[in-house]
Amino acid sequence: MSILFFTLILLAGAFAAGLLGSLTGLGGGVVLIPLLTLIFNVDIRYAIGSALVASIATSSGSAAAYIKEGITNIRIGMFLEIATTTGAIIGALIAVYTATHIVAIIFGIVLLFSAFMSLRKKNEVPETEEKSYLARKLKLNGSYPAGGRTVEYKVNNVLGGYSLMTVAGVLSGLLGIGSGALKVLAMDTIMRVPFKVSTTTSNFMIGVTAAASAVVYLQRGYIDPGIAMPVVIGVLAGSFTGSKILVGASTKKLRLLFSIVIGFLAIEMIYNGLMGKL
Amino acid sequence: MKNIFRSFNNDRDVASLVGKLLRAGVVTSSIIAFIGGIIYLIRHGAGVPHYTEFIGAPENLRHMPGILKGVFSLSGQAIIQLGVVVLLATPILRIFFSAIAFALEKDYLYVGITLIVLGIIVFGMVGGLGG
Repeated sequence: MSILFFTLILLAGAFAAGLLGSLTGLGGGVVLIPLLTLIFNVDIRYAIGSALVASIATSSGSAAAYIKEGITNIRIGMFLEIATTTGAIIGALIAVYTATHIVAIIFGIVLLFSAFMSLRKKNEVPETEEKSYLARKLKLNGSYPAGGRTVEYKVNNVLGGYSLMTVAGVLSGLLGIGSGALKVLAMDTIMRVPFKVSTTTSNFMIGVTAAASAVVYLQRGYIDPGIAMPVVIGVLAGSFTGSKILVGASTKKLRLLFSIVIGFLAIEMIYNGLMGKL
Repeated sequence: MKNIFRSFNNDRDVASLVGKLLRAGVVTSSIIAFIGGIIYLIRHGAGVPHYTEFIGAPENLRHMPGILKGVFSLSGQAIIQLGVVVLLATPILRIFFSAIAFALEKDYLYVGITLIVLGIIVFGMVGGLGG
């Protein structure tokens, strides 16, 4: 296989990964790592490097749209980014001492969990009772526009959310993914942030979290231009196309179908990890 | 510069600037990567990819001075890597702008929080963690 051919099929694969990531809401990086390692036989360290770059591209691309709508809670995002960036750097450090087949197994478990999370029932009822002293001190309570009126919400359990965000950051740094599912879990389930706000805020945070570990990985040579180029262009084009399809389409069955596909990829990653093939 | 920032009188102006910045960063970096990609493929397209075993990116493409040097000698790989650096810089620049936005609102608690985040990322860059 020549470099030209490799680049072209990787471009097509990255397009599919971006499309799938955007339709399931899991982000481009999540599908990319199994694609690169299982199908293209790429070492998982190169896969992690390019998936991080892809996560930044998709996060920045879509965050631009969400911030405009005023749904993203920038204060929640910024405060929790202390947790995720600290975690991301710890994750990038741990990665040096972690055997690649262990990374593959952890990745599979997180992927399985993410696929499951994308099917879960969402928290759409805003919390109106003020329970957290820290949330008030940190001005985390907010509001967002919905159908012409403003919905107010209060944030709970700030420390619990912060702790889980640190874990999300570590996994993001170790595995090279945005770990959007864990971020949403921290905000949605623990802090009781409404779903609309937690998904857009999580997306807003993914780019910064990924950048924190990507600067470390760049120095370590995980980001190779020959893979990064088709991956960035393909994933961006794929997620852009995905966001166009999403408008108006019935996504429930689509999500279920893709979550099953992702579930299979996850099991394949775990199996290969256990067999020591990755 | 001061006048530009003073002309923002509310949150939304800053938010829309940040939105534009993010989009511009993504578009710029993909254009740079695409140009580098064409040069890379013309020169090396017939070669054989070797990613099954981890060797790592070429030593000179792991830091800014090396990447810039490569860009000036029109190395396709270095130009792609410059595109990657622009992409990495986008969210970092966004944090920097958020700090300014919070300062304009006189929300010094959040100026502090934002600077902590920026500090953590800078530590990742220069803290010698790459080895």
